[in-house]
Amino acid sequence: MNYTAIVDQPDESHHPTSFMAKYIWSQDHKVIAIQYSITALFVGLVALALSAMMRLQLGFPDSFSFIDPSSYLQFVTMHGMIMVIYLLTALLLGGFGNYLIPLMVGARDMVFPYLNMLSYWTYLLSVIVLLASFFVPGGPTGAGWTLYPPQTILPGTPGNDGGIILMLVSLAIFIVAFTMGGLNYVTTILQARARGMTLMRMPLTIWGIFTATILGLLAFPALLVSAIMMMLDKLVGTSFFMPAILSLGEPLNYTGGSPVLFQHLFWFFGHPEVYIVALPAFGMVSDVIATHARKNIFGYRMMVWAIVAIGGLSFVVWAHHMYVSGMNPYFGFFFATTTLIIAIPTALKVYNWSLTLWRGNIHMTVPMMFAIGFIFTFTHGGLTGLFLGNVVVDLPLSDTYFVVAHFHMVMGVSPIMVLFAAIYHWFPKVTGRFLHTGLGKFHFWMTFVGTYSIYLPMHYLGFLGVPRRYFAMGPTEFIPESAQSLNASITISALIVGVVQLIFLFNIIWSTFKGKKSGPNPWNATTLEWQTEYTPPRHGNWGGKIPVVYRWAYDYSVPGVKADFIPQNVSPQEVEMMDDKGGA
Amino acid sequence: MSTDDKQKKVAAPIATDNWQGAVSDWGADKQVFNMPWGKLMMWLFLLSDTFVFSVFLIGYMNVRMSSMDSWPLTSEVFALTIAGYHIPLVLIAIMTFILITSSGTMAMAVNFAYRGDSRKTVLFMTATALLGASFLGMQAFEWAKLIIEEGVRPWGNPMGSAQFGATFFMITGFHGLHVTAGVIFLLVIARRVASGHYEGKGYHIVEITGLYWHFVDLVWVFIFALFYLW
Repeated sequence: MNYTAIVDQPDESHHPTSFMAKYIWSQDHKVIAIQYSITALFVGLVALALSAMMRLQLGFPDSFSFIDPSSYLQFVTMHGMIMVIYLLTALLLGGFGNYLIPLMVGARDMVFPYLNMLSYWTYLLSVIVLLASFFVPGGPTGAGWTLYPPQTILPGTPGNDGGIILMLVSLAIFIVAFTMGGLNYVTTILQARARGMTLMRMPLTIWGIFTATILGLLAFPALLVSAIMMMLDKLVGTSFFMPAILSLGEPLNYTGGSPVLFQHLFWFFGHPEVYIVALPAFGMVSDVIATHARKNIFGYRMMVWAIVAIGGLSFVVWAHHMYVSGMNPYFGFFFATTTLIIAIPTALKVYNWSLTLWRGNIHMTVPMMFAIGFIFTFTHGGLTGLFLGNVVVDLPLSDTYFVVAHFHMVMGVSPIMVLFAAIYHWFPKVTGRFLHTGLGKFHFWMTFVGTYSIYLPMHYLGFLGVPRRYFAMGPTEFIPESAQSLNASITISALIVGVVQLIFLFNIIWSTFKGKKSGPNPWNATTLEWQTEYTPPRHGNWGGKIPVVYRWAYDYSVPGVKADFIPQNVSPQEVEMMDDKGGA
Repeated sequence: MSTDDKQKKVAAPIATDNWQGAVSDWGADKQVFNMPWGKLMMWLFLLSDTFVFSVFLIGYMNVRMSSMDSWPLTSEVFALTIAGYHIPLVLIAIMTFILITSSGTMAMAVNFAYRGDSRKTVLFMTATALLGASFLGMQAFEWAKLIIEEGVRPWGNPMGSAQFGATFFMITGFHGLHVTAGVIFLLVIARRVASGHYEGKGYHIVEITGLYWHFVDLVWVFIFALFYLW
C-alpha cells in the first residue's frame, strides 16, 4: 500500500518563486539546513569569543579590567551551553541532518516540510532569547552549564534573576524546535527512502543522525521537565529542587526539595546529549574516510550495531557524572560498569576506521586530514574517559582541569574536527565550489596542533589539582608556580586557534563566490547526494526521477570494475559499461 | 544512470534463517512501517511525550518520598460532600469516567471515518471534544476548590508537605494543557472533515487525532493511579 507524501509527488508540484518563499520562509530542506548552519556558526562564534575571554583571565590574571569574577562565571556558563546545544546539536542535526537525510536516502524533501521550517524559526527564537540574556540587568546566568540548584537561582550567583529565566525559557524553546525537526528526520529515514535503499544500505552518516535524533527525542524531555520545575522554583516558589536553606543568614521559604533529583534529570539528558553530538560525527567521519581512502568501510554491519548499541547504552550511564554528588555509593558500581561497557562498541568503531585506512588508497585531501585528526583526538579523549569512568580515579580528578581536558577532547574538539571534515567534504555539493585547499590545510594543521597544545597540558593541570571554573587560583600552595606559565601558554595557543577559525570563515565566504568549480561529484563518491541532476541540487532534489538504489554506500575499488567507485544508483548491467571515470 | 525499469532486481539478497535475515527483512522496504508518515510521526511524538510525563511522575515520586513533612491524604483532600454524604475522590472518579468514555467515542469516530461516513465521524469527534471540555471544566472546578477553599498553593498548603501542591498543579496543569490542545485539535479536524477536506485524501488524520487523544487518556490513568490513589 502506498501513501501519498511529498516524496512521491511530481517534481513540478510546488516550486516557490519569490525570494521570500525561496530563501526566507523556505520549506526546502536544503535552505533550512543552510539557515540552521549559519545561525549555529554565528552563535558558535559568540561562544568562541567567550572562551577567549576566559583564557585571557586564566593566562594573564588581573590584567583585564573588563573580566571580573562574576562575568568570568557567566562566560564559562554561556560558552558551555552554547557550544553543546546551540552550536553542536543544531549544526549536526539541524544543519547536516537536514541537508543530508533527504539527499542520502533519495527523498525529495522531509516528509513534513512545513514543520521543518517551523523548527528552524523556533530554533532562531531560542537563540535570540538566549542572546537576550546578555542584555538584561545582572547579565546571563553564571551557574555553570549544568545549572545545578540550589546555587543557580540563589542570590550571589551572577544572573540569578533575568539571566537564568531567559536561559530556561530558551532551552524549552530549543527543545520544541528540536522535537519538530527530529520527528521529521526519524520519519523521513524510516518511511521515505528511495526504492532499493534498504536500512542496511544506508550510509553510516544517516545511521548516526538517525540514532542521535532518537536519543534526542527521548533525552530532551528530561531537560524540558527539569527546566519547567526549576522555573517554578524560581518564579512561583515551589520546592522541587530547593531544600530548606539559609541565604545571607536568612532562612528562605524553600523546604524539602531534592537538589540531587535535578542532577539525575539533568544527566539523564546530559549524557545522551554527548552521543547526540558524537553519533552523527561518527557517521559522517565514516563516510569521509571511506570516500577519501577509496575503500569500503571496514565492518559496515558492526559499525551500524555499534552506533545503535552506543545509543542504547548512553541511557544507562548518566550517574557517572555524579560520583561526588552524594548519591548512594552503590550506584557508582553500576554506573562505572555500564560506562566501561560503552568503551567496547566505541573502540570497535575506532578499530574499524583504522582498518578502513589500512592499505587504502588514501587521498590526503582536507576533509581526510580532518577525519584522521579526529581519530587521534577522539582516541585521546576516549582513553581519558576510561580513567574518569572509574569511581576511585574520578574522585580525586573531579572538577579539575583533567575533566575539562577530557570532555573538550572527546566531545568538543572531536565532533568539531568532523564538522570541519564534513564542511570541506560537502561544501562542493552545497555551493558547487571547492573550499580553498591551501587555506584548508593551514586551517587543519593550526587547529590540530593548536588543540593539542591547548588540551594536553590541561591534563597535567588536572593532575596537579587545579580546579575548573575558578576565576583565580588564590592561596593554593599545593599548586606550583609553573602551573601559571602552563596556563599562559595554553591561552596563547587558544587565541591563535581562535584566530585561525576566522580564516576558515573567510575561506567559506570567499569560496562561496570565488572558489574553484567542483562539478557534481568531485570526490568520486558513491552516495546518492553526489548523483543529483544539478549541483547544488534544486528544489525537489531529483528532477524528474527519484533514483533507484542497487547497492550499499561503500562500493569503492571493487575488483574487476574500471572505475574505483560504483554509485549506489548504478545497476549491475550499467556497471559493465562504466569507464574509469565512473561515467557510462 | 538510474532507471525505473521495474524488472531489474533492486532488493538486497535476504537471508531468512537468522537474526541478520530478520533485520534485512525488516529494513528491506522503502517504508519500515506500513502506515502513512503522519501516523508514524504521531507515534514518535507520543513516545517522546511519554518520556515527558514519565519524568514528571518520577520527579513527583521522588519529592514525595524525600519530603520531610507528611503527605496529605488524597482521598480526603479530594472528597466532596454531596447531599449530606461525604464521598472520597468522587469528582476525580467522574472525571476519569468521562475521559475514558471520550476514548470510546473517539474510537467510534475513527471507525466511521474509515467507513467514509463523514457525518457520523463529525458527530462522534464533536462528542469527544465536548467530553474533553467537560473534563476541563471539572478540573477548573477542582483547582478552584483546592485554591479557594482548601488554601492549597504551589509553595505550600495547610495539610502537609509543600510538594503536594507543587506537583499537583504542575502535573494536572500540564495534562490539562494536553487535553486543551486535544480539544482544539479535535474541533479543527472535525470541521475539516465536515467541509469535505479529506474526501479522496483518506481519513488517516482522524486516526492520528485519535492516537493523541487515547494517549492523553492513558496518561490520565497513570496520574490517577499514582497521584490520587497512592
